[in-house]
Amino acid sequence: MATKEVNPDIQRIDPATGEYRVIAPGQTFRGVTEKITRIVLTPHTPLGWFAIFGVGGAGATMLMVALVWLFLKGVGIWAISQPVAWGFAIINFVWWIGIGHAGTLISAILLLFKQGWRNSINRFAEAMTIFAVVCAAMFPLIHLGRPWLGYWVFPLPLTMQVWPQWRSPLMWDVFAVSTYATISVVFWYLGMIPDLATMRDRAQTKLSQYIYGMLAVGWRGSVRHWARYETASLLLAGLATPLVLSVHTVISFDFAVAVLPGWHTTIFPPYFVAGAIYSGFAMVLSLAIPLRKFYHLENLVTERHIDNCGKVMLATGFIVAYGYGMEAFMAWYSADHWEAFTFWNRAFGPMGWSYWVLITCNLAIPLTTLWSRRLRNNMLYMFILSIVVNTGMWFERFVIIVTSLTRDFLPSSWGTYYATRWDYMTYFGTVGLFIFLFLLFVRFLPMIPMSEIRTMLPGAKIKPKVAAEAGD
Amino acid sequence: MPPREGTYGLLAEFDTPGDLIRAARQARQDGWRRLDCYSPYPLEEAAEAIGFHRNKVPLITLIGGLMGGLAMFSLETWISTLAFPINVAGRPTYSWTAFIVPAYEWTILWAGLSAAWGMLALCGLPELYHPLFNAPNFRDGATTDKFFLCLEALDPKFDLLQSKAYLEGFQPVSVVEVEY
Repeated sequence: MATKEVNPDIQRIDPATGEYRVIAPGQTFRGVTEKITRIVLTPHTPLGWFAIFGVGGAGATMLMVALVWLFLKGVGIWAISQPVAWGFAIINFVWWIGIGHAGTLISAILLLFKQGWRNSINRFAEAMTIFAVVCAAMFPLIHLGRPWLGYWVFPLPLTMQVWPQWRSPLMWDVFAVSTYATISVVFWYLGMIPDLATMRDRAQTKLSQYIYGMLAVGWRGSVRHWARYETASLLLAGLATPLVLSVHTVISFDFAVAVLPGWHTTIFPPYFVAGAIYSGFAMVLSLAIPLRKFYHLENLVTERHIDNCGKVMLATGFIVAYGYGMEAFMAWYSADHWEAFTFWNRAFGPMGWSYWVLITCNLAIPLTTLWSRRLRNNMLYMFILSIVVNTGMWFERFVIIVTSLTRDFLPSSWGTYYATRWDYMTYFGTVGLFIFLFLLFVRFLPMIPMSEIRTMLPGAKIKPKVAAEAGD
Repeated sequence: MPPREGTYGLLAEFDTPGDLIRAARQARQDGWRRLDCYSPYPLEEAAEAIGFHRNKVPLITLIGGLMGGLAMFSLETWISTLAFPINVAGRPTYSWTAFIVPAYEWTILWAGLSAAWGMLALCGLPELYHPLFNAPNFRDGATTDKFFLCLEALDPKFDLLQSKAYLEGFQPVSVVEVEY
C-alpha cells in the first residue's frame, strides 16, 4: 500500500517553491532571451517556414481572387438568397471572431487570476486574436453588397444627413468589433515594447536595429517605467475582460433579438461566449503544438500548458453542452410549435447531418476523451482534437444560421442552401490569410514574451529578507 | 532643461535584483533623489526602494473611460432624438437602454487607449535617444539579464570621483561614467 501513496505529481513540483512547474528547470535570463531572439534575428529562415508560408500565401491569393470576382459580380456569386441571406459570410464571421476570444482570455483574464502559466503562450495567442479579427471583420464588409459604402455604419456627418439606427444590434456590433480590434492591437503592442527593446539591443544588422529601435519607442527598462507599465497592463487586462465577454454577447444579440425560431433565446449570450472560448483554445492548441515542436520550445511551452488548455476546453465544452441541452429543453418546455419544429428540423430535417457532425465534434469526441491526462499529454491527439473541435464549432454556426433561415414561419418561404465554390474559396482563403499573417509574426516578432518569462525564472526571486527591508 | 553635454551620470551594474535593491535603498536613504534603476523585467521592490510608490495611469484611464462613454451616449441621444429621429413601431426615440451597448464599448475603448497613451506619455516615450544607450554594458544587459543603478549628475550630491567611490562601495560588477 505504501508505494501507492507516492504522489505522481512529485516530478512536476518545483522543490524551491513547492509550486507546480510551469516551464522546465535550468533556464537562465540570457538563455531564454537568446533562444527566443534567435528565432527572429537569425538570417536563416527554416525551409519548413517557407513551405507553410507558401501554403498560407496560396490561400491568401485564392481569397484575393474570390474577392476580386465578388467585387466585379456582386454577392450573387455566393449561395446567399432568400431565405438564407446570411450564409457563409456570417458563419465565418462568427467563427473567426470566436477563435480570437481565447487570445484575450489568456492575455487578460488569466493575468487577472495570476495564472503564471499564461506567460509562455499569451503573445502568440494575442497575435492569433488579431489575425482572427482581421479575417472576421472582413466578412460583414464584403457581405454588404456595396462594400464601398461600408463607412455608412459609422455616425459621420455626411451630406445626406442620414444617421445610424442605434436600436439595432448590427449597429452595436460595429462598435463591439472595432473596439475589440483596437484594444487587442494596443494590448499586444504594449506588451511587446520591452521585448522589442531586447530585440533592438540584440539585433546585429543596421536595418533591424532601426526597425526594432523605432518599434521599441526607446524603452530602457527604468523601474519607474515598469511600474506604470505594470499598472497599464493590469488596467488593460481589466478592461479587456468585460470587453471580450461583451463582444460575443453583442454578436449573439444579432441572432437573439430576431424573432426567428432557434435564434430568439436568452441562452445565446453565455452560450456564444463559451463556444468562442472553446474554439479559441482549440486554435491555440493548433498553433502551439506545431510551434513548440518546430522551434524546439518544449522547455517554455511545456506539456503543462497543453494540459491546462485541455482542461479549459473541457470546462467550456460542458458550458456549450449545457447550451445545446437548454435549446432542446426549451424547444419542448416552451410548448411553442415553431420552436419545437425548428429543433426537430435541426436534428432530423434535410440538414440534420450537420447537427450530428456538430454533436460528434463538439461533444462526443472531446468531452469524453479530455478527461484523460494521458490523452491531454499526447501532443498528436491534442492537435487532431483541436482541428476536430474547430470543425465542430464551424458547424455550430452553420446549424444556427442555415437551419433556422431555411425553415421560417411560413412554409411558402422555406428554402435550402448549397454553398458555391466562391463561398468555399472565400472561407479557405481566410484560413490561408490567417496562416500567412501568423507566419510573418513568427518570423519577425518575438513570439514568447521574454520579459514575462524572466519573472518566472529562479533568478528573479528576491530573497525574502531583501524584499522585507525594501518594504520599509 | 538638463544640460546636453558633460556627464549624465554614473551607472553601476549588478548581477542580481537583490543587490540592486539593496544599493538603491541605501542610496535613497543617503539622500539621493535623482537616481533610477533599470531591470529587464518589472521589479516592484526597486521602484519602492527609490521612492516611486504611485503613478497617475489609473486616473488617466478613469478620465478617458468616462469621457468616451459620455461622448458616445450623448452622440446617440442627439442623433436619435434631434438629428435623425426614426419612429420604429412607436418606440421612444430616446431608447436609452439600447444606447448602453455602444457607450459601454466606447468607455472601454477610450479607457484602454488612455491607459496605453497615458503610460507612454508619463514615461516620456517615445524617446529614441537616451544617454544611457551610450554605455556599452547597458545595451548588452539592461534588456536581458543585468540590473543597473544610475546616479544622475543633476543631483546636488553628485561629484564624479566621490560618487564613483560611493557606488564602488556596493560592490557592483562595474561602475561606468555615462556621457550625454
